[in-house]
Amino acid sequence: MRILLIEDDAEAAAFLAKGLKECGFVIDHAATGPDGLHLATTERYDAMVVDRMLPGMDGLHIVELLRKEGNTTPVLILSAMGGVDERVKGLRAGGDDYLTKPYAFSELHARLEALLRRGRGTPAETKLRVGDLELDLMARTVTRAGRPIDLLPREFQILEFLMRHSGQVVTRTMLLEHVWNYHFDPKTGVIDVQISRLRQKLDKDFDQPMLHTVRGAGYCLRAPG
Amino acid sequence: MAVFGLSVCGVLAFVYWSTVSVIDDQSDATIEAEIAGLAEQYAEGGLPGLVEIIRARSADEARRRDIYLLTDPLLNPLAGNLTRWPDEARGDPRWVDFRIQYARTPEAPPQVARARTFRLQGGFHLLVGRDLTERVAFRDTITNALIWALVITVALGLGGGLLLSRNFLRRLDAINEGSRAILHGDLTQRMPVTGSGDEYDRLAQNLNDMLDQIARLMEGMRGVANDIAHDLRSPISRLRSRLELTLMDQGEPAKYRAALEKTIEEADAILETFNALLAIALAESGALRESFERLDLGALVRDAAELYQAAAEELGQRLEVDVEDAPAAMGDRNLLSQAVANLLDNALKYAPKGGTIRLSAQIAASGRAEIIVTDTGPGIPAEARRRVLERFARLDSSRSTRGSGLGLSQVAAIARLHDADVSLEDNAPGLRVRLNFPEL
Repeated sequence: MRILLIEDDAEAAAFLAKGLKECGFVIDHAATGPDGLHLATTERYDAMVVDRMLPGMDGLHIVELLRKEGNTTPVLILSAMGGVDERVKGLRAGGDDYLTKPYAFSELHARLEALLRRGRGTPAETKLRVGDLELDLMARTVTRAGRPIDLLPREFQILEFLMRHSGQVVTRTMLLEHVWNYHFDPKTGVIDVQISRLRQKLDKDFDQPMLHTVRGAGYCLRAPG
Repeated sequence: MAVFGLSVCGVLAFVYWSTVSVIDDQSDATIEAEIAGLAEQYAEGGLPGLVEIIRARSADEARRRDIYLLTDPLLNPLAGNLTRWPDEARGDPRWVDFRIQYARTPEAPPQVARARTFRLQGGFHLLVGRDLTERVAFRDTITNALIWALVITVALGLGGGLLLSRNFLRRLDAINEGSRAILHGDLTQRMPVTGSGDEYDRLAQNLNDMLDQIARLMEGMRGVANDIAHDLRSPISRLRSRLELTLMDQGEPAKYRAALEKTIEEADAILETFNALLAIALAESGALRESFERLDLGALVRDAAELYQAAAEELGQRLEVDVEDAPAAMGDRNLLSQAVANLLDNALKYAPKGGTIRLSAQIAASGRAEIIVTDTGPGIPAEARRRVLERFARLDSSRSTRGSGLGLSQVAAIARLHDADVSLEDNAPGLRVRLNFPEL
């Protein structure tokens, strides 16, 4: 997977590049807007990470230009500006996800992976399947190894998101955003409790757990084995 | 002033021309009519008939202002009340203006007259006219009156204008002085408001409101700076100390590992505080008001309750939701949800095991929409309730728990942004927090 990183802060860029390389990505780095734009238009990337505060240019401008040219590479926008309206601005400019600094590396990694999967295109399916777990979007039912599992509506939505990102790390903030459309972090571990309830329902009667906690990052739904 | 003067002149000139020209036209028309009538007489009764009529009319007292003269071709008078053909009328001009002297009042000055002359068949000259003295006098009276009117109007205009501009300049000066004082650093200065309610008063009031707003924002900025110092210094020093100690320790990698993990935790806590402070400052600046939309407070409250339901159960507490009347308000869904979440965080923390937390949205008797969060915990003592909403405030007992104090001040900031009132009440037992929204 080839990622273009447009970030002018040398240290932050080095840190991010190193971290992503260790996760198996190939990283190209541009330190200025024009360089970044040039690379983005002349090379092919699977995803881009663009910082907004570039010397003399807002990273959003690069995204707008790329979208105007018909470039649909998934873009994760990094910004020190964090209000919800800034987020909306970023997404409206053509960004696919928006992360405010300072961020946890695991958060960025998880969101990048999610972007890449989204980028590969999701065919319109009515059923999601991970291992022996099956979720029917039309009938709103869930079965594991054929046995029906009774979920509350919200739990269904959480599971759907986890299944769409099976094998990937899903952070608490990603869940809050996609399932509740909340852009803040509640103090009480509300997500933890929801996940543990979901895990109870999913894994209790089976020997092989599918819903795992990834320490310091989030959760992951994986087919056993 | 110039515009005013010109328009006044215009109006008066119009009045003058209308009246004067009407008078003149009327006069001429009468004379024309007379002559036409006399010409008919001549056509019917010939010269003798005409002479007869003219003699009769000249003697008529009622027509004493009318002038008649009939002469032979050599301008010798044949009939009429003029003694001779006027010099100005030689050559038979159609219309002639001349002066006449009344025989009975020789000492009086000559009067103004206007007449029409006519050449009859046979070379006879006919002159019919009128003594215009009265009309001229009337015209002069009007002219005088108009001139006086002009003078008085101009005088009043000038006088009034001077008064107004003096008043205006004085009010402007007051505002300018006030502005200078503020620029020089006295930020408590406000513009004088006379209470007359006129435009200058409104200007002064608006300027004062702006100044109040600026003062609030500046207070907010100062507050943020203070908070950063207050709330962040301790955790950052703790972090530093821990790292220093670990370095001094020279232990095994496992110890380093543990220290680094704790450091990340502490860093996260600092970030959380930092974000909360920024969010408060952002909420207080009012910048987000532009993106407000109509919110269904019932749905908002139900979503939040759903998020916290499971966590409450884990803690052995009951979380109840109560929505009535379809309450609504203009706002930002995310921010209000965050405020409710903060309140629920607190409620879950302080409510005892087996306690009840209640989240409700309704329309109060006053017609205003409300969100209420109650818990059955220890509550907040009456004296402390006011302080708690202020930025710094934290109850001493909760000082050690991270991030707890800022939650309520964040709620207060979000409420302020939405023009909503926050009140803390005794839930007997426990705490009741009420958010009261303005009517849509």
